[in-house]
Amino acid sequence: MIKKAFVKSLPVMAAYVILGMGFGILMDDRGYGPVWSIACSVLIFAGSMQYVTADLLAAAASPLYAAVMTVMVNARHLFYGISMLGKYKNMGKFKPYLIFGLTDETYSLLCDDRDYPAEGKQAELYCFLVTLFDHAYWVIGTALGAVLGTLLQFNSQGIDFSMTALFVTVFIEQWMTAKERRPALTGIGAAAVCLLVFGESRFLIPAMLLITLLLSVSYRKGENSHCKGRNDDRKGGDGHE
Amino acid sequence: MSDMQAMVLIAVIAVVTMLLRFFPFLFFGGKRRIPDYVAFLGDKLPYAVIGMLIVYCLRGVSFDALSNWLPSLLSIIVVAALHVWKRNTLLSIVGGTLLYMFLVQAVFV
Repeated sequence: MIKKAFVKSLPVMAAYVILGMGFGILMDDRGYGPVWSIACSVLIFAGSMQYVTADLLAAAASPLYAAVMTVMVNARHLFYGISMLGKYKNMGKFKPYLIFGLTDETYSLLCDDRDYPAEGKQAELYCFLVTLFDHAYWVIGTALGAVLGTLLQFNSQGIDFSMTALFVTVFIEQWMTAKERRPALTGIGAAAVCLLVFGESRFLIPAMLLITLLLSVSYRKGENSHCKGRNDDRKGGDGHE
Repeated sequence: MSDMQAMVLIAVIAVVTMLLRFFPFLFFGGKRRIPDYVAFLGDKLPYAVIGMLIVYCLRGVSFDALSNWLPSLLSIIVVAALHVWKRNTLLSIVGGTLLYMFLVQAVFV
């Protein structure tokens, strides 16, 4: 079982070790050494949000601001949970840890039914090990990056671009796979407008409100187009109209 | 920011992240259905938030001198192009960051 879970988690290893290193180096660059970055990776265990955390620490953000930011950045995790409700229903003592460790990558591994053990106890152990391995890669990567950042006195000017680069890759990835592109454009557009209006130190909260508002407007319209889309898909289907 | 404040900040972020992950298991466990509106937001929000975060990363870029915005623009184009080409997240991030570091350290000084 250990081997099976390990093999399953291998694709995440490279990603987490390198992204974790990036986080460790970034934190070090912001004046927060190994203890801080490792603590973040152990306790928070959320990639994008930790990159934002490095920024929030450097900017001495207020706890409330950090909380709102966390809700926006990590809202998607609600939906990983929702889709894992069934699978995690009868998990035993590991259940809290499984839920804690439900990151994007862990979710993508565990929602995949191909290697999923049929038997309950086995399934629990399998989920636990995959989550644990992912968590370990993330923490090890962070530690490597933090120590590297301390040991190597290289010119780190510009290293903070790794955060921009991370979000650009996620954006491109979503852009290429999304059914509709309006939400992505809404995010960029609303944030850019709010940046111009409110200035760089206080534009995020208005931007979050505006984004939620603009998306909500399309909710009512969206219902119709959604149904229409589904009917179109059904062409030649059961003809149930 | 004092160490104490930093610890509070990290704790808040950790707890809110955990609450988001635990919420469905605490509230939608039984027969209760997820409200349509919440499901809708959860479907759309991630796309919009990533766009917002890119703007957030670039908030300090000014347009008064070439060296203030050209390195970012070039590096973003390279990240995007690399990603469309190879679809390898690590390659895109490492490639783009190294280019940016080179540009701000050696070219646009």
